[in-house]
Amino acid sequence: MKKTKKRTQRLIALCALVILYIVFRLINPAFGTYATFVNIMDASYYIGLMAIGVTFAITSDGIDLSIGTVLTCSALISGSLITQYHVPVAVGLIVCILIGMAFGLLNGVMVSYMKLPPFIATLGSMMLSKGLGSIFTRAQSITWPQAGAPGGWFRQIFKINANGVLIPTGFILLIGIAAAASMLLNKTRPGRYIVSLGSNYEATRLSGVNVAKWRTLAYVISGTMAGVAGLAYASIYSTILPGGGAGFELDAIAGVVIGGTSMSGGFGTVSGTLIGVLIMSVLKTGLPFIGLQTHYQQVATGIVLVFAVFVDVINRKRKN
Amino acid sequence: MGDVILKMSGIDKTFPGVHALKEVNLEVRKGEVHALMGENGAGKSTLMKVLTGIYAKDKGRIFFEAKEVEFGNPAEAQNAGIAIVHQELNMMQQLTVAQNIFIGREFMKSKLIDDSKMNEEARKLFEKLNINIDPEETMGNLTVGKQQMCEIAKAISRDAKIIVFDEPSAALTETEIGELFKIIRDLREKQLGIVYISHRMDEIKVITDRVTVMRDGEYVGTLITQDCTKDDIIQMMVGRAIYEAPKEKSNVPKGAPVVLRVDNLNMGKMVQNVSFELRKGEILGFSGLMGAGRTETARALFGADKKDSGDIYVNGKKVAINSPQDAVNAGIGYLSEDRKRFGVVLDNTVAVNTTMASLEKFTSGLLVNARKEKRVAKHYARKLKTKTPDVDTAIMNLSGGNQQKVVIAKWLVRDCDILIFDEPTRGIDVGAKSELYQLMNELVEQGKSIIMISSELTEILRMSDRIVVMCEGKKTGELSIEEASQERIMNAATLRN
Repeated sequence: MKKTKKRTQRLIALCALVILYIVFRLINPAFGTYATFVNIMDASYYIGLMAIGVTFAITSDGIDLSIGTVLTCSALISGSLITQYHVPVAVGLIVCILIGMAFGLLNGVMVSYMKLPPFIATLGSMMLSKGLGSIFTRAQSITWPQAGAPGGWFRQIFKINANGVLIPTGFILLIGIAAAASMLLNKTRPGRYIVSLGSNYEATRLSGVNVAKWRTLAYVISGTMAGVAGLAYASIYSTILPGGGAGFELDAIAGVVIGGTSMSGGFGTVSGTLIGVLIMSVLKTGLPFIGLQTHYQQVATGIVLVFAVFVDVINRKRKN
Repeated sequence: MGDVILKMSGIDKTFPGVHALKEVNLEVRKGEVHALMGENGAGKSTLMKVLTGIYAKDKGRIFFEAKEVEFGNPAEAQNAGIAIVHQELNMMQQLTVAQNIFIGREFMKSKLIDDSKMNEEARKLFEKLNINIDPEETMGNLTVGKQQMCEIAKAISRDAKIIVFDEPSAALTETEIGELFKIIRDLREKQLGIVYISHRMDEIKVITDRVTVMRDGEYVGTLITQDCTKDDIIQMMVGRAIYEAPKEKSNVPKGAPVVLRVDNLNMGKMVQNVSFELRKGEILGFSGLMGAGRTETARALFGADKKDSGDIYVNGKKVAINSPQDAVNAGIGYLSEDRKRFGVVLDNTVAVNTTMASLEKFTSGLLVNARKEKRVAKHYARKLKTKTPDVDTAIMNLSGGNQQKVVIAKWLVRDCDILIFDEPTRGIDVGAKSELYQLMNELVEQGKSIIMISSELTEILRMSDRIVVMCEGKKTGELSIEEASQERIMNAATLRN
């Protein structure tokens, strides 16, 4: 019963995405160009990757507020290693992901073993990661190697410029990761346990399931994806500002909620999350095309967010 | 008994797909305690919700103090003088007793709340009702029984003329029930009309004047409590005779091996030096009053709470149990008294709940084999006669008894040979109860062993081969079924060392 209802919310989100895209195209045909499509994609990667990760934390009846600053922290530290300490780019990329994973593990341990409330634990690591990144680069901003420059090859992970034709390889990567994450959440034992403990922690524990371990895993996934998002951000936007990234996590969480994942845990949908994130990217990219500045994106996203959850609330009421 | 104060006649209510009430009648007089009985789903709560304005009726008439009334919402009913004391209390735990009682109609001094006036008024109210509670105490510090009394006081302070009690004794200790009955008798003296909903047959005989029985949304009849027997009422409820004959002798063969031995188990005040043995094929009853430490003993044994000390031997081998995981690995399964909180994951399907404790058996490579999972879940649903449309149904849509069967299936799939059933039939209707009893008997015949915690003496005497009695955290008696009787159990259960 609950599942069919949640599928409706995801369906509503999908319709909203398609309608938004068509409306923007009708108002301004220039929106329909391939370049704009690539722009929409570019704006989706880092938020999308974070959102996929935080879907796990939210499904486990938790939250991860640290992902935005963890993204910045890992991109700052690994970028600095590459550009200032001449560490090979490949190693830097791995370090970037590992830093995210480490913060995820820290969050997981604080929540599962030290029994801190997820909000507090991840608020703490949000501040921690924000500070650590700046300390490491001595409050300097870091510019990752440009495309074409030595070491700039990593940008092809997210976009290939083949003789002027842009291939959004990042989109393929995003879809691939989303598919894997969706399978992990719905079809495997760890995923099953994360959903169950998010729905009823005690009943899951009393079934003999190692709940602390699996809850930790949810945060490790969330942190790791923030590290991967750091790579995406670096390759699309190049320059990382120390102390930045705060607020990204809220965009990611908004995407998760619009997509239909339950904030009270026990139900999560990765495909819904992806749809939620794309809605926000379409708004962000599309509003300037119809003559509205990007500030309006925030207004619009806020309205979509509240509306999506409101529809969900009404649905639930009707079902009861 | 005085004049009729409330008369509901021909009340009809249909929900989409369910005809919940079919021309139901209920009549309550002043100075009467009127029991409303029926199996779960018989329509008692729906009828009370119609009375208190939560649901609108489709047909029928309600007369209150000889005037026809129609309550559009709970506030209207409350203002007219109809109050309900819910099973789950609706108290603000952080506020004081007086603040709770006068919530929504605080005494004011100019624009500020006058707390001292509220305390004084609450004190007067308690004096009138012979209740000994400090109005300035924080609500959360009171026991459930005392909180319930505050709820009653609140109803009285609102000038209630009818009070509906919805299973008030479910969470109370024996002493608290005594106090509750004293207050109810007092209210009867004061010419209030009382509707008393309970599943406990013994209480009905003690406290009520008349009994109205409902079955499947229909009105079956009204009896004068004095003139009828327990069997009369049960027969009206189920439409068939059920005899709760006690077991006469143990079914455990002599020399059956000991599968579980617990030595000097300790956990805080609630479990002190508890030792016992469980044999193969045995149902070991755990009896005692509420708060005797039976559930705590089970949880400590199962590793759900951390024990202070004590040794546990399974099949003669000592096992270290520090978490539910350890217990499950040792072959122990636990069916909690609070199914919704500790037993099932409500959002999940029947199949998912069935395999929860043994998912590794259903994993091939990385992925869960959903087809195998469903097949096994179906097999157990058939075997345990679980009533469910299919195994993909969310478990919240099943009745209590059927949810319980899914929890049992969970442990059977896991191959647990020692099963701890903590109040297995609580909140389950009579028909489903006897099915569960039958199932438990089948399980021990197959060589499983069961520890059954129960607060119903009739259940203990009917099911157990041997009985352990606890009181205030200590084991105060152990009786074979042959020597056990209600009196001997109660004696041990009230033995304060």
